[in-house]
Amino acid sequence: MAENIIEVNNLIKNFGKLTAVNDVSFNVARGEILGFLGPNGAGKTTTIRILCTLAKPSSGQATVNGYDVVRQQHQVRESIGLVFQDPSLDIKLSGIQNLRFHAMIYNVPSSVREQRIKEVLNMVELWDRRNSKVTTYSGGMKRRLELARGLLHHPKVLFLDEPTLGLDPQTRNRIWEYITDLQKQEGTTIFLTTHYMDEADKASRIAVIDNGKIAALDSPAKLKASVGKDIITLKTDDNVKAADEIKSRYQIDAKHDNDELIIEKAGGNEFLPLFIKEFSVNIQSISLRRPSLDDVFLKLTGHEIRQEQAGNSFKEMARRMGH
Amino acid sequence: MTGLRAIYIIWYRDILRFWHDRMRMLGSITFPLLFLVIFGSGLSSSMQFTQLSMDEFDIVVAGGLSLPGDSVFIKMPIDYLDFMFPGIISMSVLTGALMGGASLVWDREFGFLKEVLVAPVNRVYVATGKVLGAATIALIPGLIIMIFAPILGISFSIATVFKLLPLMFLLAVSLSSLGILLATRIRSMEAFQMIMQLMMMPMIFLSGVFFPLQGLPSWLNFLTKINPASYGVAPIREVVLGKEISDPLGIKLFGHTMTMWENIAVLAIFGAMMITLAMWSFSHQE
Ligand SMILES: Nc1ncnc2c1ncn2[C@@H]1O[C@H](COP(=O)(O)OP(=O)(O)OP(=O)(O)O)[C@@H](O)[C@H]1O
Ligand SMILES: [Mg+2]
Repeated sequence: MAENIIEVNNLIKNFGKLTAVNDVSFNVARGEILGFLGPNGAGKTTTIRILCTLAKPSSGQATVNGYDVVRQQHQVRESIGLVFQDPSLDIKLSGIQNLRFHAMIYNVPSSVREQRIKEVLNMVELWDRRNSKVTTYSGGMKRRLELARGLLHHPKVLFLDEPTLGLDPQTRNRIWEYITDLQKQEGTTIFLTTHYMDEADKASRIAVIDNGKIAALDSPAKLKASVGKDIITLKTDDNVKAADEIKSRYQIDAKHDNDELIIEKAGGNEFLPLFIKEFSVNIQSISLRRPSLDDVFLKLTGHEIRQEQAGNSFKEMARRMGH
Repeated sequence: MTGLRAIYIIWYRDILRFWHDRMRMLGSITFPLLFLVIFGSGLSSSMQFTQLSMDEFDIVVAGGLSLPGDSVFIKMPIDYLDFMFPGIISMSVLTGALMGGASLVWDREFGFLKEVLVAPVNRVYVATGKVLGAATIALIPGLIIMIFAPILGISFSIATVFKLLPLMFLLAVSLSSLGILLATRIRSMEAFQMIMQLMMMPMIFLSGVFFPLQGLPSWLNFLTKINPASYGVAPIREVVLGKEISDPLGIKLFGHTMTMWENIAVLAIFGAMMITLAMWSFSHQE
């Protein structure tokens, strides 16, 4: 059994003049959770579509579970599960009918079918509504049903395209519990895209993708360490005087942010006690923050993921409206 | 998974959806029934009916539909209602089957198709399941019309019904295949419905549903012969009206009057071509 369950080599996908996926190469180890983190239009969904055999690459190759995504589509499809970013339910059927269809078409043995359906419906708290038509579900309920469906047939590789978008925090937590259980108990490999930094943090490794290219791929801890410095925010009786002292004592430029000062310092947790002892200006409050994935993203791409998101969703909207 | 099972699952879902939505079928029954009532019974008073003996019939059949002055003569040895009945059955099957392709357009529009396309099921079986689902649903209005027919004064035997069923099913499968084939390439519901309406009208009128196909101008005559529906209507009419009456109304190819089995063969070949194309087209889409 190959160690890498997904192998991607020099993958390119063009849509006319637009290059959605631009020469991407990476591997995913069996049993890991890989997070794809990137702004709207970065090429996350396009990559997933290629890996799931729904789109053909313009060039390059990819294998999933050892099968080529172009030449061995059927075997790839047998190995995977996919929760789509866009709606994909039969809204005229009931929740349980949607799941039964899925179980049948994925050949879930009838001996475990009903039991599993009950299990996933309970997880997403839709058991009581199982016989209602999907048209009567709220947006979050539909999303939960799609997630339940994706988990139903216990695939080798599970692709989750922004799985928890629009869900409340409790539901997100519960779904994450189930996903990590699945990973631990069944050894399922999970490939997910997300905009939520806290979700990406749960991944074994994160690929930061921007403009169709992978800017970095590493564990969340290492990525954060690569940003280097910790961020210390403090408030003093006299911020101007404090900034001068920081500059002369540690050769660090403190940034003024409203009534606070921000300094960046590697090894902040060791620096902080020393700093407090030595400092002459009275400190009202002080906090230390390890770099977040937001900071990683900012450093790697030169822009913030959230801003980008807002800007792009207008573009997206315009595109949908045909402008 | 075996092919048969895959076909069954796809078929079953479409039947289930139809069942949830069964009231919508009222629309597809009302229309043909209205035709039967208005044209068959209501209009017969304003239409001048000439019932002929078989000898006379043979002579005038070449003239087909003639319009002397402002009254319509339909010269046949039978009541117009009886003439039209098998045609109306065919029409309900034909419209249902062609419109059956809409289910595929719907699946794509609402995103459900992705769920099917990413599943480990050979797409040939998916296409087959879709065709059979559409064909099955297309039969139901026809069957309901048959239940109402005796009330309108149309009589036929139970044996006729059992002979009709396979013929209706063949017509349904052939035209559902055409509908599904088009649906693999037409992405919007509006476009699909428009194209279907455009195709349906000439197909119905030039298939012998409302008037015999004899004595038409040669270009129309040509169209009736390349119209696959003609080969579906003819055997259905022969089963209902009997060979004696339907033979003179039959399709003539190169001076030869097509027999029932020849018609069935033509329709079956057309259907086989359409379902093959539908399978191919469905398998080769992104
Ligand atoms: N079928 C298509 N035809 C043309 N362009 C496309 C198509 N699909 C995607 N694109 C373009 O490819 C680029 C990448 O799109 P993709 O959907 O992969 O982004 P994403 O990273 O998933 O974004 P989001 O966070 O919004 O889901 C975008 O610029 C998009 O407009
Ligand atoms: Mg996306």
